[in-house]
Amino acid sequence: MDRLLYARAQMGLSLAFHIVFAAAGIALPLIMVVADALWLRTGDKDYLDLAKRMAKGTAILFAVGAVSGTVLSFELGLLWPDFMGKFGDTVGLPFALEGFAFFTEAIFLGIYLYGRGRIPPRLHLAAGVLVALSGLASAFFVTLVNAFMNLPAGVAMVDGRLVVQDPAAAMFSPPWAHETLHSIVACYQATAFALCGIHAALVLRRPTVPLFRKAFAISLVVAGISAVAQPLTGHFAAHQIARQQPVKLAASEALFETRAGAPLLIGGLPDEKTGKVDYAIEIPSGLSILAFNDPDATVAGLDEVPPEERPPVLLTHLSFQVMVGAGMVMAGLSAIAAFLAWRKRRVPDHPAFLWAMILASPLGIVALEAGWLVTEYGRQPWIVRGLLRTRDAVTPFPHLAAPFWLFTFVYVLLAVAVVYLLVRQLRAVPAELSEGGAHGP
Amino acid sequence: MGPELAIAVVIVTALVLYALLAGADFGGGVWDLLASGPRKGEQRALIERVIGPIWEANHVWLILAVVLLFTGFPSAFAAISIALHVPLTLFLLGVVFRGSAFTFRSYDSRSDTAQQRWGVVFSIASVLAPLLLGCIVGAVASGDIRVEAGVVTSGFFSPWLAPFPIIVGLFALALFAFLAAVYLTHEAPTPELADDFRRRALATGVVVALLAAAAFAASFSGAPRVSAGLTGRPFTWPLHAATGVFALLAFWALWKRRFWMARIAAAGQVALIVVGWAASQYPFLVVPDITLQVAAGNARTLRLVLWAIAGGSVLLIPSLLILFRIFQRSSASRGR
Repeated sequence: MDRLLYARAQMGLSLAFHIVFAAAGIALPLIMVVADALWLRTGDKDYLDLAKRMAKGTAILFAVGAVSGTVLSFELGLLWPDFMGKFGDTVGLPFALEGFAFFTEAIFLGIYLYGRGRIPPRLHLAAGVLVALSGLASAFFVTLVNAFMNLPAGVAMVDGRLVVQDPAAAMFSPPWAHETLHSIVACYQATAFALCGIHAALVLRRPTVPLFRKAFAISLVVAGISAVAQPLTGHFAAHQIARQQPVKLAASEALFETRAGAPLLIGGLPDEKTGKVDYAIEIPSGLSILAFNDPDATVAGLDEVPPEERPPVLLTHLSFQVMVGAGMVMAGLSAIAAFLAWRKRRVPDHPAFLWAMILASPLGIVALEAGWLVTEYGRQPWIVRGLLRTRDAVTPFPHLAAPFWLFTFVYVLLAVAVVYLLVRQLRAVPAELSEGGAHGP
Repeated sequence: MGPELAIAVVIVTALVLYALLAGADFGGGVWDLLASGPRKGEQRALIERVIGPIWEANHVWLILAVVLLFTGFPSAFAAISIALHVPLTLFLLGVVFRGSAFTFRSYDSRSDTAQQRWGVVFSIASVLAPLLLGCIVGAVASGDIRVEAGVVTSGFFSPWLAPFPIIVGLFALALFAFLAAVYLTHEAPTPELADDFRRRALATGVVVALLAAAAFAASFSGAPRVSAGLTGRPFTWPLHAATGVFALLAFWALWKRRFWMARIAAAGQVALIVVGWAASQYPFLVVPDITLQVAAGNARTLRLVLWAIAGGSVLLIPSLLILFRIFQRSSASRGR
């Protein structure tokens, strides 16, 4: 592998790793404060236990997210010094705001984790709410940076030097709305589906422990709402991308030629040399409808740009297929869950349904990672579209194989440790919790 | 004051706070490694209790400094990242292992051997990270990182694998260990435990003084511009004098077991060392090729960032004070 590939692999690995913890840092605190609020309201001790369990999970995942995020902030320079040298001040504003949001999260997480019993319950709950809100804010700000890289605004090249003309326009570059919306919902969805699967398994194994059922119910609500909302935000995103980043849409859908009434492809292996897609199911005019709400609309193809400016079609298309496929399954399952809940007037707990949720539990994370790959592959060969190519931004440091393998090893080690710890935390049935449930404060 | 100087002041402030808070964390890890005597377990428990609630917040000061560095001075950030790729990567590994090991240890079951293994990882990383951090600072100050027309020409090892940066690394390690020991004297619930850390603080205080002298001596050949800044400038003298006064005060207060005063004095000493380093280096960001003014980013963006910092501080400083207050009070009440 050459320097560029090692650098991309290390950056990709670090982001793929961090993104899971970042997502958990946004969604777990929400479930934690919901449980805590229910405890304060009902006095049902199960909710207190649930809030405590979620707090432990949040603490473990947040810590690993914090350190992997620190690694990323350094890696921006270690791997892409030219990008930071040219654009550091431009992306600095959203990064600085993200830093503050992250700081707020760390402070209030400290207060929440160690403050139970030391500060009044309402204040303690408020600290939890601030943890959830600042996690949300930090995801929002960091996604703004990605939006800028996809479609820079507010900057111009003057005599070969990059000049920031409007810092606010650079911060809110055109893709900001659909990117932040789509990725934030994805974070809730990924975490909630993982939690649903875990608690479905716990309900199956210990059907008489009410705590597990309550945890399953709360996670299922969050999972269901986000899974149904996500295709809508995805549609909005496709709509925007068709106008703002037509090359990315063309690569995602493997549309080699510009055409009216473009079909939507399901599956398929695009061949970049021949410009053909094998084994795909075509939905006639599907892409035109998806992108422009018009079956006859013309959709730009990859032929609009010279070959050296096209993203890797196979990888972008496959990632897109995986994201959409996983999203569809999750939306379908959520519809079934809603139907079952409506018919039985309670949380569905049929073993077949629980098993389906267990099997679906990784899908949110799969979709999150695949969606992120779509946006990153789809931007290539640019690190900042139209202004800086990825290969021109890479560090001149010659021995990139060493840090790549080092970080690969470290991340595998950390992933194993985190999973082991979380499994241990989750399998523990709270000692004071007798079967059938203990009630009252 | 131009926006770039204002950003530089905020970066130095963040680094001071990082040294005071995370530095003490790192030092805590060192004492965890060196825990000994009849109260070994109590020492470790105290360290864990004091670090637990605040380490994540402490850690953010570094992220803030990095973000402000690449926002305020993008080309300097690029040059430092290229020239110091190796020590920065190793420092990051230290940060990763330290943070995760500490958390894993806190949430793993108490009786395990896994617990001890995480403890070992935590303390080794706590020793390596400040050592490398000091090397990085030493290399930036040494004048051995050369940048010509935006290209780093000085190689990837020689600027930091040199006597001066290594002595600065050892100095940073000793300083953080000293700071942690002083803090822990005040936090200790029993006089015996406080005395354990008092002895450690006094011993490391001596080491700090020796290494400071060694760093100063090495700076004449290893970092000529900094040594000129240290000795030749009228505005740096009061800083060094004040640092000395605080150092002596910290020693005296430790000797007299006035732990609260020792803590204030040690914190003042460390803060002034960081400020003194920054002032001696001014106006260079990477000695001798990059000044603050040359590396400064877009002035309009920097002004907006300064507004964001002002707004963020209004939110953060009270929250941080609440965090510290809650845990100060509780650890004091538990001490009785």
